[in-house]
Amino acid sequence: MSKQDKSIHSPEPSPANHSRRKFLKTGGAIAAGVAAASGGFPMIWAQNIKNVTLRQFGTGVSNINAIAEQVKKDLGFTLEMTALDTDTTAQRVVTQPRSFDIADIEYFTVKKVWGSGNLQPFDVSKLKYYDKIVGIFKDGKLTPTSKIAQGTAPHTVGFVDSPTSKTFAKGETNWYTLVPTIYNADTLGIRPDLIKRPIESWTELLNSEFKGKASILNISSIGIMDAAMVCEAMGAITYGDKGNMTKKEIDQTMKIFTEAKKDGQFRAFWKSFDESVNLMSSGEVVIQSMWSPAVTKVKSMGIPCVYQPLKEGYRSWGGGLGLSRNLSGLELEAAYEYINWYLSGWVGGLLMRQGYYSAAPETSKLFMSDDEWGFWFEGKPAQNDIIDPFGNKLESAGAVRDGGSFYDRMGAVACWNSVMDENRYMVRKWNEFIAA
Amino acid sequence: MMTRYLQITPLLLVLGLFFIGPILIISIVSFWDYNEFSLIPDFVWTNYQELFGSQVTYTIYLNTFKFTLLTWLCTFLIGFSVAYFLAFHVRSLSWQMALFLLCTVPFLTSNIIRMIAWIPVLGRHGLVNSGLQTAGIIDQPLDWLLYSDFAVVLAFVHLYTLFMVVPIFNSMMRIDRSLIEAAYDAGASGWQTLWQIILPLCKPGIAIGSIFVITLVMGDFVTVQTMSGGQSASVGVAMNNKRALLQYPAAAADAMVLLVTVLIIVALLMRAVNIRKEL
Repeated sequence: MSKQDKSIHSPEPSPANHSRRKFLKTGGAIAAGVAAASGGFPMIWAQNIKNVTLRQFGTGVSNINAIAEQVKKDLGFTLEMTALDTDTTAQRVVTQPRSFDIADIEYFTVKKVWGSGNLQPFDVSKLKYYDKIVGIFKDGKLTPTSKIAQGTAPHTVGFVDSPTSKTFAKGETNWYTLVPTIYNADTLGIRPDLIKRPIESWTELLNSEFKGKASILNISSIGIMDAAMVCEAMGAITYGDKGNMTKKEIDQTMKIFTEAKKDGQFRAFWKSFDESVNLMSSGEVVIQSMWSPAVTKVKSMGIPCVYQPLKEGYRSWGGGLGLSRNLSGLELEAAYEYINWYLSGWVGGLLMRQGYYSAAPETSKLFMSDDEWGFWFEGKPAQNDIIDPFGNKLESAGAVRDGGSFYDRMGAVACWNSVMDENRYMVRKWNEFIAA
Repeated sequence: MMTRYLQITPLLLVLGLFFIGPILIISIVSFWDYNEFSLIPDFVWTNYQELFGSQVTYTIYLNTFKFTLLTWLCTFLIGFSVAYFLAFHVRSLSWQMALFLLCTVPFLTSNIIRMIAWIPVLGRHGLVNSGLQTAGIIDQPLDWLLYSDFAVVLAFVHLYTLFMVVPIFNSMMRIDRSLIEAAYDAGASGWQTLWQIILPLCKPGIAIGSIFVITLVMGDFVTVQTMSGGQSASVGVAMNNKRALLQYPAAAADAMVLLVTVLIIVALLMRAVNIRKEL
């Protein structure tokens, strides 16, 4: 899609940041703009890499200041972090390409933003830990025998054929769109103390037993997937691909959920992490779509909450770091150094100890205790209390992770978060559902 | 002649830059096309066609009008009573000022905080429900207190009543007290004085307060989103959804239609009450 010449960027001006660094960079930016990518311009090589500042933004889950502090310590340069939500991140990548150097984005939005041409792919040969990255982000297979789940599986948008290509490659190439950093398998969160019976299927979300006590997340691209998991589990709809529904499938799904809404099945719809925590901890809701750390947060408040594995499987998501098209020279080198450091284990340990998974789990192991590794990755009972990287106690000795080991959880993914071909239609239908 | 132009230049610049300019840009963008990741300068009617062609638009507008009407009614009744009390029952000027300032104290906090503070109060296990249950008035918690239209209107009333109080209080303070004495001397009852003297003389204040409340409620999205638990939609919520999904031209078209709707309402109000003349 070479709409680049025709398209224009957001009318709102990007923040005027006239720092020294920006000034140094302007020359490069103009050169790149004029020569369209391959422009070589005199680099200030004498400048030490320590003077480099990289600006990163992305979703809150992995934009933790602790990472920036460690970068300063280990690599010497400065990393500026800005935490945004999923939509805003995608929006900034598309509309304000000069406002970032590294974008931490989710795989399903890659499909949306790659076409803008504002990101450049990674040269795989420069990635030190590429062979340690799990198969999900290469050929799509967790183990050689795994079945690939529906939706925007990360490997389908993981590679391009050339540095300037705007369409995705069929298989592995030397050009990596994002370096994967963080991912997880999502399911429903429940309050076992208020439900008082085992929950095994996605169908329970619409069970009239929980009338007025259920919730679903109001982010259309993810909410529709949870809705589809429910409808499929009920046997009401058989989908060709839940991650890429037809108009008819979207209509049927929304019809079932609109009826449930009108019947008063839902207490609320949530949009942010904190809302989901509040709904659950206050007991307003006993079963809902939830994110893993939100469940952990509720638990750490001393309120029983289970991230319930369900027989139909998980809905999964993943994120990675993307490089701005404007990066070149010394800053590009610094960015590669940062990415290689990212995969070398320290960050992986930090993320895994919060319940996420690292793209290169092997390297993270070095930065976790055996007990932590056993609990988070292998699904073994904790020997001691499990403490998160920020010092909060998450679990007591003896606890086992909901859903078990890495292979049990990531092996049971039914669908990946995705952007559908009928995205615009789906969004309209979703908004109708919310307004119904 | 020259000086006259120079004198209006600053105001013209400020208004042009921060008011007329942005509105012009929004109206231009509302005719653009868009795809997933970019805006395409064009002149198409699709944004408006999709807006008027969708049943949801009408549902949403109806819902927004409902919120506006209920909020207006409540804020007017409360605002008028409070202003009446301040203006006619409190005798000393210093007390009037002190009580008036007291009314504004909650407004020193952010309106988001004032809104969110309702959630633990109205929740299923919140203050009201547990209070009623302890008192034995109800067995089951009342679900409709929170995440309902009731909660939305309650929050609006709490947030915006002051906007009614201030202009009505201002109008009441300007009423010549001898008029009320004259009414009393002529044998009018309290109600008659209120209905035939005070209310008509407060019309400009009521109109100004109404404009504040109506425009604020019509354009709101945070309150509706939070207090209805995302289960109700308003024009603002729909617009914000489109903005978040990068559908700027569609959101701009929404904004233009809302702007025109609100302008019509304000124009009707201005017709009913000549604010300028009576100020």
